[in-house]
Amino acid sequence: MTTQSHIRNFSIIAHIDHGKSTLADRLIQLTGGLSAREMSEQVLDTMDIERERGITIKAQTVRLEYTAKDGEAYQLNLIDTPGHVDFAYEVNRSLAACEGSLLVVDASQGVEAQTLANVYQAIDVDHEIVPILNKVDLPAADCDRVRQQIEDVIGLDTENSVNISAKTGLGIEDVLEAIVTQLPPPSGDRAAPLKAMLVDSWYDAYLGVVVLVRVIDGEMNRGQKIRMMSSGASHLVDQVGVFRPKRDTMATLGPGEIGYFTAAIKEVADTRVGDTVTEERRPCDQALTGFKPSQPVVFCGLFPTDSSEFEDLRDAMAKLRLNDASFEFEMETSAALGFGFRCGFLGLLHLEIIRERIEREFDIDLITTAPSVVYQLAMTDGSMMELHNPADMPDVVKIDHIDEPWINASILVPDEYLGAVLKLCEDRRGRQRNLSYAGSRAMLEYELPLNEVVFDFYDRLKSVSRGYASFDYQISEYRTGNLVKMSILVNAEPVDALSTIVHKDNAENRGRAMCERLKGLIPRHLFKIPIQAALGGKVIARETIAALRKDVTAKCYGGDVSRKRKLLDKQKEGKKKMRQFGRVDIPQDAFIQALKMDD
Amino acid sequence: MLSNNWLSIVLKPDLPPLSIYLHWPFCAAICPYCDFNVHLMRDMQPQQWRAAYFAELQYAFSQRPQGPVQTVFFGGGTPSLMPADMVADILSEINRLWGLAPDAEITLEANPVSAPQGHLADLSAAGITRLSLGVQSLDDAALKFLGRTHSAADALAAFRLAREVFAHVSLDLIYARPGQSLAMWRDELACVLAETPDHVSLYQLTIEPDTPFHRLHAAGRFAVPDEDSAADLYEMTQDMCAAAGLPAYEVSNHARDGHACRHNIASWRGGDYLGIGPGAHGRLSDGQARRATIALKAPQAWLAQVEAQGHGWAEDKALDDEERRTEMLLLGLRLVEGVALSDMAIGGIQLPPERHLALQQAGILLPSDSHLIASPQGRLVLDNLIAELLPS
Repeated sequence: MTTQSHIRNFSIIAHIDHGKSTLADRLIQLTGGLSAREMSEQVLDTMDIERERGITIKAQTVRLEYTAKDGEAYQLNLIDTPGHVDFAYEVNRSLAACEGSLLVVDASQGVEAQTLANVYQAIDVDHEIVPILNKVDLPAADCDRVRQQIEDVIGLDTENSVNISAKTGLGIEDVLEAIVTQLPPPSGDRAAPLKAMLVDSWYDAYLGVVVLVRVIDGEMNRGQKIRMMSSGASHLVDQVGVFRPKRDTMATLGPGEIGYFTAAIKEVADTRVGDTVTEERRPCDQALTGFKPSQPVVFCGLFPTDSSEFEDLRDAMAKLRLNDASFEFEMETSAALGFGFRCGFLGLLHLEIIRERIEREFDIDLITTAPSVVYQLAMTDGSMMELHNPADMPDVVKIDHIDEPWINASILVPDEYLGAVLKLCEDRRGRQRNLSYAGSRAMLEYELPLNEVVFDFYDRLKSVSRGYASFDYQISEYRTGNLVKMSILVNAEPVDALSTIVHKDNAENRGRAMCERLKGLIPRHLFKIPIQAALGGKVIARETIAALRKDVTAKCYGGDVSRKRKLLDKQKEGKKKMRQFGRVDIPQDAFIQALKMDD
Repeated sequence: MLSNNWLSIVLKPDLPPLSIYLHWPFCAAICPYCDFNVHLMRDMQPQQWRAAYFAELQYAFSQRPQGPVQTVFFGGGTPSLMPADMVADILSEINRLWGLAPDAEITLEANPVSAPQGHLADLSAAGITRLSLGVQSLDDAALKFLGRTHSAADALAAFRLAREVFAHVSLDLIYARPGQSLAMWRDELACVLAETPDHVSLYQLTIEPDTPFHRLHAAGRFAVPDEDSAADLYEMTQDMCAAAGLPAYEVSNHARDGHACRHNIASWRGGDYLGIGPGAHGRLSDGQARRATIALKAPQAWLAQVEAQGHGWAEDKALDDEERRTEMLLLGLRLVEGVALSDMAIGGIQLPPERHLALQQAGILLPSDSHLIASPQGRLVLDNLIAELLPS
């Protein structure tokens, strides 16, 4: 058993692509957690999507055994944290389980907005922070400038920073030494009643619900009767252990240690993240403060392309929800798209990941409708209503006013793209709060309505800054806005899945842009198709798709007909990827593409 | 000549008329737009090929013995490269097996460079009644682009020669070529029509997969006219041909009265055609089913199978009702005369009257209670229309 003074708990904070997962892999490799044969790239990102996108979605944990230069053996617990703003709540709880962080910054790129948000969170929970400059072997690396930036922008002392190249393995041992020498050991009383923080939980097909905990005081043992302090539910612990990163069972987890337990818990929903786990017979007096539960902020409809797959989709969602309590769904019926689900997500990346997992892991083709935020409607009769779906908007005469969520956004952007980024923010109804400089990079703070950001703001930001701008946000408050519902009519029929809530001042521009886009997205038909944008009964924009003029095979004789028949079958398959509205076939991706704005 | 199978004709009076398509896979040069089953002529042993065609005709006869044969079509490839005596032998073998109808139409496709006068006369003597001449263009630069080895003057000379020999001569042309304006095509087509042909096949250039043109086009080396320009070109073509007394009888085919290609009309109307030769497709009715046959494509493989098994058919399967209905629409709607709705009732599915009416109102179908007839505008969007008409 390791004494507390020889335990170090830490997480790694980094922007996407700055090398967090590679560094984690190196640490595991160097401390012998896995043999070379078992090392597959980026061990901790276990989902295919995580590896492909180079991001971490679920917090992962690994225990490393390290004998330091002082000759002593240390137990290092790493909690890997997600880098993306959508998963900020996971970062929050991971940080709360540690005493220190490694701040990894790409020495050729410098500090990014997402790094900032996470590092401030770490400072908030009193972490010791070791700055790590990664990719120092790249020709573009500029360690002095980046160190200066860390001091200027974040206010961290960089005297003890470590230069590494996670890719080549340079400096990894120095990182391990810095963890041992610069980060504090955990405190905690072994004799006190068990007090452990529930960091995360997930469903495992063999073990049932696996619960990740950080023990604060006391001990957690196999066979112990424990109690969840929020619900009062008690369970018998049947397994205790750690990940190295392979699962390794142990008899006990002591104060300061991070590990997992299983206790025949059936649903992830029975384990609340941030809850305090204590002993049934000898409970601790005070529960930990816990975390703010995460709230979905973005909603969209997911519909099976093939309506017969509705039940499969329901099963798929239920399975994903087992491991992701932040993802919400309820049944939705659309005149256009049939049966599907209205789903709530933490952000756009979260949406995309869930959608991709359903398509990939469950092999269900989906139609995604335009993402929307949650509006609060104050009705004339004094009641309030939450609006998740523009299609559900009540009659305007019954609405007194509509409130929409706003965010505080921070954007870091190289000087030369500042103008374009300012224009983008202004076009999206932004209000500038602050503009400062860190070297040649501007740091912008803007208040923006979330509904202007939720759709393609991030894509646009990347595009106007050639990928150099980084962006992060926090939800601030609801504010009243002059908002209206814009309907789209295709061939004189309203298509509910294309209706959106827009600010009245932007309605005409948006309407025109959507009609123009749809004109390019809907193929020509045998007849001409009017496309209209309307507010209430008033048409504010109109385009017409001309009738198809030519689509005929020049040569088709007896010898060509078999092939022609096969082509026709293919065409029919293609048609299945369309949705029929009256007599018009609309391609599935049009529902999302129509909303993208080129500004 | 009376067929020796007259009894089966009496017993199965509803068999469609019979045609034979015979594929000659060889060319002197391969054109870059062509996706047909074509091969350069190397080591071709006429005796071996003659024997193989004979064997396959005999096999086809055993599968569909009811004659007589109404039309024969020698397609390719470049069948004008066939020795005339081989053509003559094949026709007498067909006559021996099924009997050739007295007024049988016997077409052969010819390339202007392989149609010298003596050869044309020999082909006529062998029994050919109709020549389809691959002129492709009357513009030398365009001919070069299309990979043709003849000039416009060669083509016109061949056409004039052919008319002296055959009662029916048709010209093939390719238009809607890269950079071809309405005015350019008007002039070129006017030159064609000034020759007062009885039949023309006018095809818009189509970029087919797995052709040199496909690669060049994909690489951006040339562009074909866009949808609207192609439609303008097509419409002008219809008007000019009609004014010259050559109205369309099919999407790309125009003829004076009495000069339409009977062989092709028979297959568009759902007639039987036996596919002979490598890669040939056939449709035959045997009283129970309508069968689709496809022969092996590669000449050597086809030869080998014919020698081993008596035929080169790689596929021979019955079409189900839906496939038959699809083919009927795919082929029949190409004709100006349309498809009888009673024929569409195979399998009991009919076009709902309100759909029929809506398409008539849109000007895509012509008004008719008994037939589905595409309007000239409808023929121009036929692929889309057919997809609309078929149940998904």
